[in-house]
Amino acid sequence: MKQVTLLALLLILLVTTGFAQQTITIGFTVSNTGALNVDSTEQYRGFELWRDQVNAAGGFKAGGKSYNIKFAKYDDESNSKRVQQLYTRLILEDKADFLFSPYSSPLTATAAVVTEQYGKIMLTTGAAEGKTYTLGNHFLFQMFAPGPEYLKVALDALKAKDPKATIAFVYEDASFSVAVVTPAKAYAQQLGFNVVFSEAYAPATTDFSAIIDKVINSKATVLMGGGHYADGSTLARQLYGHKVPLKMLTLLVAPDSPKWVELGDAAVGITVPSQWAPQSTFKVQYGPSGAEFAKAYVAKYNDAPSYESAGGYACGLILQRAIEQAGGIDSAKVADALNSTDITTFYGRTKFSTAANEHGLQVGHAMILAQWQQDKSGKLVKELVWPLAVGKNANLVYPIR
Amino acid sequence: MSGILASMIDGLLVGAVYGLAAMGLSLIWGVMDVINLTHGSMIALGMFAMYLLFGAIATNAYLLLVPVMGAGLVLGIVVYWISVHRVVGRPMLMSLLSTFAVNMMVIGIGTAIWSTSPYNVNFSLPGITIGAYTFTGNHITAAIAAVVIALALQLFLYRTRTGKAIRAVADNREAAELMGISTTAVLTIAFGIGIALAGTSGALVSTLFPFTILSGATYQLKSFVVTILAGLGRPFGALLAGVLLGLLEGVVTPFIAVSWIPLIEFGLFVVALVAFPQGIFGRATT
Repeated sequence: MKQVTLLALLLILLVTTGFAQQTITIGFTVSNTGALNVDSTEQYRGFELWRDQVNAAGGFKAGGKSYNIKFAKYDDESNSKRVQQLYTRLILEDKADFLFSPYSSPLTATAAVVTEQYGKIMLTTGAAEGKTYTLGNHFLFQMFAPGPEYLKVALDALKAKDPKATIAFVYEDASFSVAVVTPAKAYAQQLGFNVVFSEAYAPATTDFSAIIDKVINSKATVLMGGGHYADGSTLARQLYGHKVPLKMLTLLVAPDSPKWVELGDAAVGITVPSQWAPQSTFKVQYGPSGAEFAKAYVAKYNDAPSYESAGGYACGLILQRAIEQAGGIDSAKVADALNSTDITTFYGRTKFSTAANEHGLQVGHAMILAQWQQDKSGKLVKELVWPLAVGKNANLVYPIR
Repeated sequence: MSGILASMIDGLLVGAVYGLAAMGLSLIWGVMDVINLTHGSMIALGMFAMYLLFGAIATNAYLLLVPVMGAGLVLGIVVYWISVHRVVGRPMLMSLLSTFAVNMMVIGIGTAIWSTSPYNVNFSLPGITIGAYTFTGNHITAAIAAVVIALALQLFLYRTRTGKAIRAVADNREAAELMGISTTAVLTIAFGIGIALAGTSGALVSTLFPFTILSGATYQLKSFVVTILAGLGRPFGALLAGVLLGLLEGVVTPFIAVSWIPLIEFGLFVVALVAFPQGIFGRATT
């Protein structure tokens, strides 16, 4: 009898230990202050929504164990030096099991140096520059389609509408924008467009008058470029204020934010290359549908999700799947699972390069083009306009002025 | 209209605001030999004053310059008594450190309240279009406001008793004391006016460009260049020098990338120091 009781106790202990809640700590920084605040906050909301949904469901199971998610996060103040200090702290003091990147290419490049040094897996989102992945890494995994893909969708859409357009590139002199615009210029010329003006401006520029005068002088009919929210929104406002006669205006990142409607008339007609849009329809193989994600996001934040938010959520989803595939949180096994990932979620296809000279570069995800248009009631809505087969499309409005 | 002419006009318009920003620095430096390192943070506070007032009162933003100026005058008097009064007449390093300390406190408090995210004053006036070029109503109004304020200051300094007292103290403090002028009162008022001018220029800038609590630093640097160009204690000269600086920016930018402008401006700064040590418009005479 005593033996039976002991055996029963042992069985109970084994079962409860097996399914005891384990906590995975994911470390990252958020730009709560500084120029990247708007975009970074949207990215963080994606992380947060994923975490809250996982924990509300009682965690997820992998290798016979149940895991819930805990975040260790800090404010990087949109500053690379802080990123370096904080990612070291996340790894050494907070003992993060996995890392997510900060928002933006330069901050992510800084974080990547630290995470590679300590051999920690980091999923990057909000960072499109491809150079980081060419430096010989083993543990980086990029969620965003890389920089050279961004303006291809805008140029393809323009080619279909107006092959004789003259293009000006005006962009932030920072790693992300340069990584986007440099190949875009070559692609534009390959498509037969005349690039009539190109100039980079210093980050944190607020007075675009001089550049705008040059754009007018160049007689460009299309302008592409920008950088992030602060400079992009300012450039859009000032282009509108100076009544520059552009037929198409494509800006990076900034117009994807729901805050863009605050620009009022200056927001109308602006196109943005996007990593994702609520109108995208994919055959989802894992996780929620786009509509389910968008509904949950709106319910929690009373705001429409941007592609930064979608990227943040997808980051968590892909990591979760990799841990499930690996049967646990062993870094080597999770890295193997990530390397063999080729799956479609609400966010689109995700596949990482395993070539040594570009390990972790995103090779499966494609960009789309969205445009702010006025609906019948005059309300500003962001519509998916290119490519035509991805989801529920609206027609590209051209010219916008 | 050619692109260069349009660029020059844009430069002139924003140069008037540079000039207004520099006038406060020039006045304080000329009157009491104090290099006011709170200048940038006071410009930033002027930006936020306009932002808060415009958010609270739905009116033409340029009408709110009056309360901003009044608040700047009061703040300047307070700052004078806290950090400047005891170091006037003492080695310049002391006033530099004292005003720098106030600057850091203002930035620290401002960051805690508003973070370093950008803000906008969403107000615009219809512009003027000539050919392919449009000059925004805000730029035109800001430039006119800067000139009007500069003229008002000039009238104040030359046609009022208090203004003449300020000039007298700037010329020779001891002689002014002997003539019965209360130099303490004069220095207080001069510092208050200097801060009011800085705040007002910040308020004007806020109607043109987005800003953060750190945005004053850029205008502080331009103010130093303009003040040296104009000569100390020449507020109206500072306005003219500011316009010249803006004009230079307008002339040069059609031919080079705008990121080269700071190099040219500071190169001009060095040339001005060497070629015109008293400033283009000369120093206030004793």
